[in-house]
Amino acid sequence: MTTLTTPTISSALHVRRLPAWAIGVTAAGAVALSVALFSGLGLLGGGPVLTAVGAVVLFLVGLSVVSTVVEGGRAARNRVATALVYSAFVLALLPLVSVVATLFGKGTGRLDADFFNHSMRNITAFDANGGAYHAIIGTLEQAGIATLITVPLGVLGAIYIVEYGRGAGLFILAFWILIVSPHLSPNGRPFYSGFAASLALSVLMLPTVTRSTEEMLRLVPAALREGSYALGVPKWKTILRIVLPTALPGIVTGVMLAVARAAGETAPVLLVALGSPRINFDPFHDPQESLSVYIYDQATSASRYAPARAWTAALTLVALVLTLTVAAKLLSRRNTLNKGK
Amino acid sequence: MAKRIEAVGVSAYYGAFKAIEGINLVMEPKSVTALIGPSGCGKSTFLRSVNRMHEVLPGARVEGRLTIDSQDIYGRDVDVTAVRRLIGMVFQRPNPFPTMSIYDNVVAGLKLNGVRRRSTLDDACEKALRAANLWNEVHTRLSRPGAGLSGGQQQRLCIARAIAVEPQVVLMDEPCSALDPISTLAIEDLISELKNQYTIIIVTHNMQQAARVSDRTAFFSIEKTGDPGRLIEYDETTRIFTNPSVKKTEDYITGRFG
Ligand SMILES: Nc1ncnc2c1ncn2[C@@H]1O[C@H](COP(=O)(O)OP(=O)(O)O)[C@@H](O)[C@H]1O
Ligand SMILES: [Mg+2]
Repeated sequence: MTTLTTPTISSALHVRRLPAWAIGVTAAGAVALSVALFSGLGLLGGGPVLTAVGAVVLFLVGLSVVSTVVEGGRAARNRVATALVYSAFVLALLPLVSVVATLFGKGTGRLDADFFNHSMRNITAFDANGGAYHAIIGTLEQAGIATLITVPLGVLGAIYIVEYGRGAGLFILAFWILIVSPHLSPNGRPFYSGFAASLALSVLMLPTVTRSTEEMLRLVPAALREGSYALGVPKWKTILRIVLPTALPGIVTGVMLAVARAAGETAPVLLVALGSPRINFDPFHDPQESLSVYIYDQATSASRYAPARAWTAALTLVALVLTLTVAAKLLSRRNTLNKGK
Repeated sequence: MAKRIEAVGVSAYYGAFKAIEGINLVMEPKSVTALIGPSGCGKSTFLRSVNRMHEVLPGARVEGRLTIDSQDIYGRDVDVTAVRRLIGMVFQRPNPFPTMSIYDNVVAGLKLNGVRRRSTLDDACEKALRAANLWNEVHTRLSRPGAGLSGGQQQRLCIARAIAVEPQVVLMDEPCSALDPISTLAIEDLISELKNQYTIIIVTHNMQQAARVSDRTAFFSIEKTGDPGRLIEYDETTRIFTNPSVKKTEDYITGRFG
């Protein structure tokens, strides 16, 4: 017995698609209309931002109408959703682009050799030269030592939490205070040093490193651990040789986020390392500058030459962190993928 | 070489939940024992009790007596890692180590247990890969990542990895359930070869597979969900499949339940 019914779902594989030029025309129309309405007629007060937002909204409306007519409802929803996702991406990118553009616009003023091999020693408010050499040394030493302290503690802490313990937050804190607090003030008097800044920074970095490592370790499938146990490999060795290498790229990302955060930190460094206009290679004695403290100093200085130095230092800091991050990512990736015979 | 595994009154728990109860089984050396039964009847649990993998899970424990050539596997002074080196395991889903090359995957058990000599490792790698019928396919690309192989190749890689440490017993938990028929056939052939050297215990959902590869078959079942799994019948595979003595076994094998 056969009955003929109208199918409720079309079985056709070929549907009408909106050609690319139609989307372009819709976009152009939306932009033109928005410019005419908001910039030309001054609707709602006008202005470039309103024009841009208006263009996007008009484009979304126009696209959904055109697409509904030509392609039908499902395709129209898809197009609008896609357009929204792209808009959100652009919106998220705008502040970043703006920051980078500002940095490059203002930060290249003092991008000279002087800046990178001179300190601020004997530089008065009336001197145009002076540099951030001492600050770069300080940032590298302080962030470097902080990383050396934080990474083993954070990773070991995360391993303890994930693989051995339960509710171990207190354990880490106690361990930390035990190990670190005697160094803060050996003779009962506070003193200024880059190392004190490193300790302060590692307190900041520790939660980030521990938490992100924890998440990465949890992502390593239990099947890998069991595969290793089944070979008669002890648990500690399984963690060291199977679990950690598998989680390494993620752990490195977490560490680099923490490093970036620490390198940009001003207040704790100001308090315990004080800052200094001189070159000080020794992180354990005497005040030391860092790039962030330098930026703070220069930005609030009364000299007309100081802002240019502050901007260039900011650009230097961003470039430094970016370079370190990229280098770390490349290294961790090479280690995990091409571990050859 | 191969050793006899004996279970006497073995029960296993997940916390308060009893997953298997009172299992008595003797698995003969140089033979293949198949464990069959409906899902959730505790086949994996029993298998994982044999090499003390069960206790890896928090709250999991085993009661009763399990011996390998009359040595207690759960004895007080027994080293867990030594047990697992003696009793290798192949899992349901291939689990090659993703950060390691094919070569490193095969010799992982040796390397991680302290074997350093390059020539020893090279020999062990070739021997294990040949035994796993994988040598011809991968010997030109031993330094490529192990995770880049096909599913069937990955499973044979895991078998090679398991036998590279020269265990006495090999446990296999549904080793073919994630594989295509060709790879399944390759692994079944492999099992028949491995039988000459090892004691093999294999869990399978595939009746034909049990009938093809095993010498003896153990049928597990549960009354209803929540009850512990029990051993219903254990006999020569040919008997289990042609003339089982328990009605429930017959029902299961002929597809009337499970
Ligand atoms: N990790 C676990 N935690 C709690 N219960 C489990 C766990 N693994 C298995 N079980 C339970 O133990 C019983 C036996 O499971 P399993 O040995 O995996 O059965 P099979 O391999 O025969 O399908 C089932 O009821 C299952 O729900
Ligand atoms: Mg199972």
